[in-house]
Amino acid sequence: MSAAYDVASGEAATERTASPRRPWPALEIAAAAAWIGAGAITALIEEAGDFGYTQEFAFLLAGVGGAILIAALVGRAAPALGRRLRHWAPWLILIAVGSAGWELVTAKLELLPMPFFPPPQAILEVYLDDYPRLLESLVASAKLLAVGYLFGASAGFLLGVAVGWSQVVAYWTHPILRFVGPLPATAWLPLAFFLFPSSWSASTFLIALATGFPVTVLTWSGVASVHSGYYDVARTLGANRAFLVLKVAIPAALPHVFVGLFMGLGSSFAVLVVAEMLGVKAGLGWYLQWAQGWASYANMYAALIVLALGCSSLITALFKLRDRQLGWQKGVVRW
Amino acid sequence: MVSAARTLKPEPFAAGGALAVREVTHRFELEGKPLPVLDRITLDVAPGEFVALLGPSGCGKSTLLRLVAGLEPPSSGSLVFDGATIAGPDPSRVVVFQDPTLFPWRTVEANVALGLEAQGLLKTHRHRIAEALKLVGLAEFASAYPHQLSGGMAQRAALARALVNEPRLLILDEPLGKLDSLTRLAMQSELARLWAEAGFSALLVTHDVEEALILADRVVVLSGRPARILAEIEVTEARPRARDGAALVALRRDILGLLA
Repeated sequence: MSAAYDVASGEAATERTASPRRPWPALEIAAAAAWIGAGAITALIEEAGDFGYTQEFAFLLAGVGGAILIAALVGRAAPALGRRLRHWAPWLILIAVGSAGWELVTAKLELLPMPFFPPPQAILEVYLDDYPRLLESLVASAKLLAVGYLFGASAGFLLGVAVGWSQVVAYWTHPILRFVGPLPATAWLPLAFFLFPSSWSASTFLIALATGFPVTVLTWSGVASVHSGYYDVARTLGANRAFLVLKVAIPAALPHVFVGLFMGLGSSFAVLVVAEMLGVKAGLGWYLQWAQGWASYANMYAALIVLALGCSSLITALFKLRDRQLGWQKGVVRW
Repeated sequence: MVSAARTLKPEPFAAGGALAVREVTHRFELEGKPLPVLDRITLDVAPGEFVALLGPSGCGKSTLLRLVAGLEPPSSGSLVFDGATIAGPDPSRVVVFQDPTLFPWRTVEANVALGLEAQGLLKTHRHRIAEALKLVGLAEFASAYPHQLSGGMAQRAALARALVNEPRLLILDEPLGKLDSLTRLAMQSELARLWAEAGFSALLVTHDVEEALILADRVVVLSGRPARILAEIEVTEARPRARDGAALVALRRDILGLLA
């Protein structure tokens, strides 16, 4: 919310100063220069060891610098792009300086112990040479996570509504949730691998379990905390039980449900990686383990970056979904 | 504008219903001890009549309304509406609460649609939504969310949500209690107009003597808890009523004497 206001006020400010003459986008040009400079360091300074793809990496850095430069110039005409670039320019500079520093302490000066700290071009090499296997791992992880998460989230949601609504269900479920729920899902791993026919189904179950617990508890508390006045209103207007559940309890509980979905997503990542490291013979967790076993640390970093991007994209997607579903909350709560 | 909307309507608002409250006594359980709230209340609302219940705060007025709405059964006694014992809530007896209790996740229009939706009448009676919004002057705010409305507008929306069901008894639980005094005066005239136009019976709880006298045909004065009926006062003054008319001022003095 506050970010949105910043953007709005920033817009107003630039509009005002821009009326006589638009200032040069100095920060953006500095960012472009930093990337091109990092490219030059990579290309021109002699390497201490023998690394592949150094030139390609240098071109990549310089190319990003060129793209930033073009965006900065176009941004003078396109205010939306210009604002975004200006906002991220300090980060772009930091990343360029960081890449150059990383390049220097690894490939150029070899200040860090070598197999453990590969230079950036070694990671680029992994993406260019080993992408089929990485992609396969990403797809395998995504499949396992999607099936487990969707199962867990749906089951947790339904159970949460049932517990919040029915005293009988609450009576039988509450002690089980209290006893079993706080146990980390990974603690079930040995048992699950033994009980389930395949390590894949065991992992799906564990991911569903890790997701389901927070979703159940938060949905339950959401349904239980619905203002009783809403039910009174709906009942006097002729609502039956189904209407009270579907059109009153669930929409009113939705903000809580989303908190549960976020918590569940976080714990599902943890279970996914652990399960793939210990049992499933595919996926990014398996790739990490495999790369570490062969001491190919560049592959490990490459997989970690893919994993981080994947997880953060999923969180972002869930945020987007929440904003769409709970747009009405904007005036009610601050976020 | 309003009269045009009314002539376009195929069916007029259903006429007011008759309410008979007989010897109703009600208790709450508080820490295991019974807490009497209503003491042998007997009360009638004739079809189309506007009755106000006046009493000190916390005396059990709102509890009586919950019983009339069918949200709770009485400990003893009977409540009969149009010849049938009240066994549960029904859209022919709609309540407007002190808090507008609009659903924050629904637009004003979708809030007003609630009753029709719950009764499965949305397809055939959708036109009533726009009419009800127009009736309370919120036509332009149909797509607004409740948090975007002022207190008075929210209460108008709650009124529209009740009226869309064409109730035969409108139950008003201090609906203007939380509004600022200017909005309150405007809404009192609005209520008087809506009642006169639509012809429903009305049962209003208030602790504002003037409000009761401006709006009601009859003012029922209740005692402190457990509530008993102290007096029933006919207000025969012609409408629209002036707040400072001699007859109202005299009645007001009498009622305040009863409550003191």
